Amino acid sequence: MSERLFNFVLKRPLITLIIGLALIITAAMGASNLVFKSDYRVFFGPENPQLQAFEAMQKVYSKSDNVAFVIAPEDKQVFTPEHLEAIRKITEESWQVPYSTRVDSVTNYQYSHAEEDDLIVEDLVYEPLTLNQEQLSHAREIATGDPLLEKRLISTDAHVAVVNVTLQFPGLNPVEEVPAVASKVRQIREQVAQEHPDLNIMLSGVAMMNTSFVEASLEDNSTLVPLMFLVVILTISLMLKTITGTFATVVIIMSSIVTTMGIAGWTGFYLTGPSASAPTIILTLAVADCIHILTSMFYEMRHGVKKQQAILDSLRINLKPIFLTSATTAIGFLAMNFSDSPPFHDLGNMVAMGVMLAFIFSVTIFPAMLTLLPVRVKQKAEGESDMMLSLSAFVINNRRTLLPAMSVVLIAISIFVPKNEMNDDFVKYFDESVEFRQATDFMQDNLSGMTTIEVSIDSGKSSGINDPAFLQVVEDFSNWMRSQPETDHVNSITDIIKRLNRNMHADDPAWYKLPDNQELAAQYLLLYEMSLPYGLDLNNQLNVDKSSTRITVTLKNQTSNQQLETEKRMQAWFNENAPQYKAELASPTLMFAHIGQRNIISMITGTAIALVLISLVLGFALRSVRFGFISLLPNVLPATVAFGIWGLTVGQIGLGLSIVASMTLGIVVDDTVHFLSKYLHARRSKGADTYAAVKYAFSSVGRALWITTFVLVCGFMVLAQSTFKINAEMGLMTAITILIALIVDFLFLPPLLMKLDNEKSDPAGSSDIKTESQKGVAHGSEQPAS
Amino acid sequence: MALNNLPHKLAITGLSVSLLASPFALAETAEEKGRSIMEEFERRDTGWRDMQAGMQMILRNAQSQESIREIRMKSLEQENDGDKSLTIFDQPRDVKGTAFLSFSHIDRADDQWLYLPALGRVKRISSRNKSGPFMGSEFSYEDMGSFEIDKYTYKFIGEEPCGDLTCYVVENYPVEKTSGYKRRISWVDTNEYRMQKLDFYDRKNSLLKTLNFVNYQQYIGQYWRADRMEMTNHQNGKSTTLAWKGYRFQEGLNERDFNKNALKRAR
Repeated sequence: MSERLFNFVLKRPLITLIIGLALIITAAMGASNLVFKSDYRVFFGPENPQLQAFEAMQKVYSKSDNVAFVIAPEDKQVFTPEHLEAIRKITEESWQVPYSTRVDSVTNYQYSHAEEDDLIVEDLVYEPLTLNQEQLSHAREIATGDPLLEKRLISTDAHVAVVNVTLQFPGLNPVEEVPAVASKVRQIREQVAQEHPDLNIMLSGVAMMNTSFVEASLEDNSTLVPLMFLVVILTISLMLKTITGTFATVVIIMSSIVTTMGIAGWTGFYLTGPSASAPTIILTLAVADCIHILTSMFYEMRHGVKKQQAILDSLRINLKPIFLTSATTAIGFLAMNFSDSPPFHDLGNMVAMGVMLAFIFSVTIFPAMLTLLPVRVKQKAEGESDMMLSLSAFVINNRRTLLPAMSVVLIAISIFVPKNEMNDDFVKYFDESVEFRQATDFMQDNLSGMTTIEVSIDSGKSSGINDPAFLQVVEDFSNWMRSQPETDHVNSITDIIKRLNRNMHADDPAWYKLPDNQELAAQYLLLYEMSLPYGLDLNNQLNVDKSSTRITVTLKNQTSNQQLETEKRMQAWFNENAPQYKAELASPTLMFAHIGQRNIISMITGTAIALVLISLVLGFALRSVRFGFISLLPNVLPATVAFGIWGLTVGQIGLGLSIVASMTLGIVVDDTVHFLSKYLHARRSKGADTYAAVKYAFSSVGRALWITTFVLVCGFMVLAQSTFKINAEMGLMTAITILIALIVDFLFLPPLLMKLDNEKSDPAGSSDIKTESQKGVAHGSEQPAS
Repeated sequence: MALNNLPHKLAITGLSVSLLASPFALAETAEEKGRSIMEEFERRDTGWRDMQAGMQMILRNAQSQESIREIRMKSLEQENDGDKSLTIFDQPRDVKGTAFLSFSHIDRADDQWLYLPALGRVKRISSRNKSGPFMGSEFSYEDMGSFEIDKYTYKFIGEEPCGDLTCYVVENYPVEKTSGYKRRISWVDTNEYRMQKLDFYDRKNSLLKTLNFVNYQQYIGQYWRADRMEMTNHQNGKSTTLAWKGYRFQEGLNERDFNKNALKRAR
């Protein structure tokens, strides 16, 4: 079958190309259907319990997203007429932001106070430019002393202010809704910044985060993909010294990428931060197939074989190994479907598709192009494998020290795997170059951040929140929560009721306490409800029939583990102090806090299944159960050691890293396949002893292995430059793992083989060998001249 | 009124069209025509003097979870200013007896007093805010306040069928800067000049709410009142229904029934 295909490809290269291009273009047109989902919720599957809890809470209370203008005057004084005027302007203009339902700032804050029997409700700052010093400091005092404002809309020292725009996205067209908001708030920012150059105005909030997911990915793809192409072009042209070969490789890579993205578009995929890195990863992985075909072909040509025949030989030699390596890589990526986070299913499926497409193109379009393009090779005998020969000599001579030494080093590093702590901080998903990250860090440092936990307490009966006993529990919890070291801010209905009680008693501070009967509490709330401004109601704190209330707790920056610990402590408080009420905790923060752990647990299954499947494939490929088992070690060790190194250096792992083990498994296995198959080939077909077989393996595939490793490491290091941390860490970790895999294959696997194989079996191997052509099993990159 | 009785099939939009359709008119603009329709609307609802009714306020969130409040309202008609109204709460039980007195004004902040029985005190509430929600419902104070012609400027849009009737469609632009709306669109039926529907557009001119008036009844042979007013908020998915019952007119209420002392007696 493959012979007929190859003959067709080589005899009718033009037709092959035309058919191929037609299919590629048809598929690629689907890419226009690909849309970017800019919503942090995409990271959670519909079954995710934390997402369900959060959505259930959002159904009861107002559901909303936001944009926050963070305003930092250079002179660190918010309460000056000019700066307040700027804030008032932003506040007013923000009503024009699409989907805005409410704008809150220190200027339009509804300040209620008593004057004899009058309750006065007014804007805290009405006409800033008319205010004198006394009025300014009065306003400042009120703002910084109000628990509803302090650390939310104004910093404790009144040197930074926030204008918060509440948004209600219809969710009908997520592709356009978020960018529309982003462009409007940026326009407001530019306008105000121009009039007030002494203000530093930054943008944070959920909508800006969502928009950053898109922008960071687009930015990545416009910088990383070209960079990666450059790496590929340089590597191939320097290592293989061919311009046409490089050109053909680039065409194959591009075809693989556009076809994959096109098919993804046709089949209804959408893009997210992680899955948007698919092009970079496909790019990296697709190169290997072409390198193998080119090296074999050039080897043949250097030895005087004609181009056409050299291409055919190379295809024959390489078809099976590159199919195997592509398939194992695809299996590794497909295992990502076990992930708890849907974007990684998409990434896995897209890369798996891309890798298999790259394989198909490499054995069809690629040879067709090579046939048509002029390819010249200098005829020369090369001494290039000298380095590999000396390396193999080194390994063979030092095998007795290498094996225990390597074992000790590998185990010692692996001990540090448990030092990794789970941490998924969605703000830190973006690196410091991203504006959203800077703004949010700044806001977190000066007011309070985006780390929140929402607590819903259910009294169990209609109007039950007005019950003094219930209110006392809410108050006790709020006070307890405020006394916790990690708490920045607590937003509780009891603050409002206490304030109203004071207002209704001529602002006497002694009355800043909860009322002692239900009617009074209810009537205060009715009064409060009637004094609320446009766009505000109590529904963000109370449910419709006033049977439950929501407290919003803003926390300082913490790792996921610490957040989970806080969550446990909060639940324990309710179990101990208020077992009669039902308390529920939910928030995006908690969703992210749990996702890393959930994902690791689900990915362990995925990785195990991938490991079994890949080992089976290897067992078949090597036609040996024993070597299938031996291969487990070099396949599993790299990821283990890499996580050990990570534990030793970084120590924090999140969503992006929890998938690395399975995705690298499919990649590192390629090295093992090539090395072991060469080794076995020498043992079985040539009757070599273990030392000679090791030497043979080194000299025949050593160079190809390190070239492909070089390309892969470069590729994933390029991905490591991503501004999007999930992708950056995934890239860095994958690069480390692949590098370790090569070290293991060069320095650990050979001594191991020499030890195990020597003791236990006869050199010819136990399985029966079909006489196969010398180049049959593995790809023959640099066949030794012998 | 002669102008408004002309055949309106041609008068779809704007100045030029109304010019064509009404050759005898002294170049009535869409603005003038809009205003004259709303003047007639106001004229027909004038002279009722005082009015009382019971009301159920049904609040619904986007998930259709409901909360019901029971309220009584009394209103006293005022000439050349907004009406006076007294609102008394019966349900939920813990706010029973709470009473709210409001003198609405065309060009300045309303005067408002609240009586809290648990506190035993009347409090005057001073607030510029007319755009805020009325009792946590989807109605705002400005929606609940009486209609006064000078609160808006107008523009006639056209006529279109509304249910079995035909309606004048008129745009209303609030004069007050603190209004929560950029504009409203009102549908007033051509037969009896009853408000059939209102669309509310927020400050950024996005459709915010729609109010439908259901099942009009005529009282004392003259004044029309809808049994139900259904307000739907398109942006947050919430809705509020006001279900009215027991309308009574001209029972001799006077200023004394609408002052601070009346608040305490209101229960």
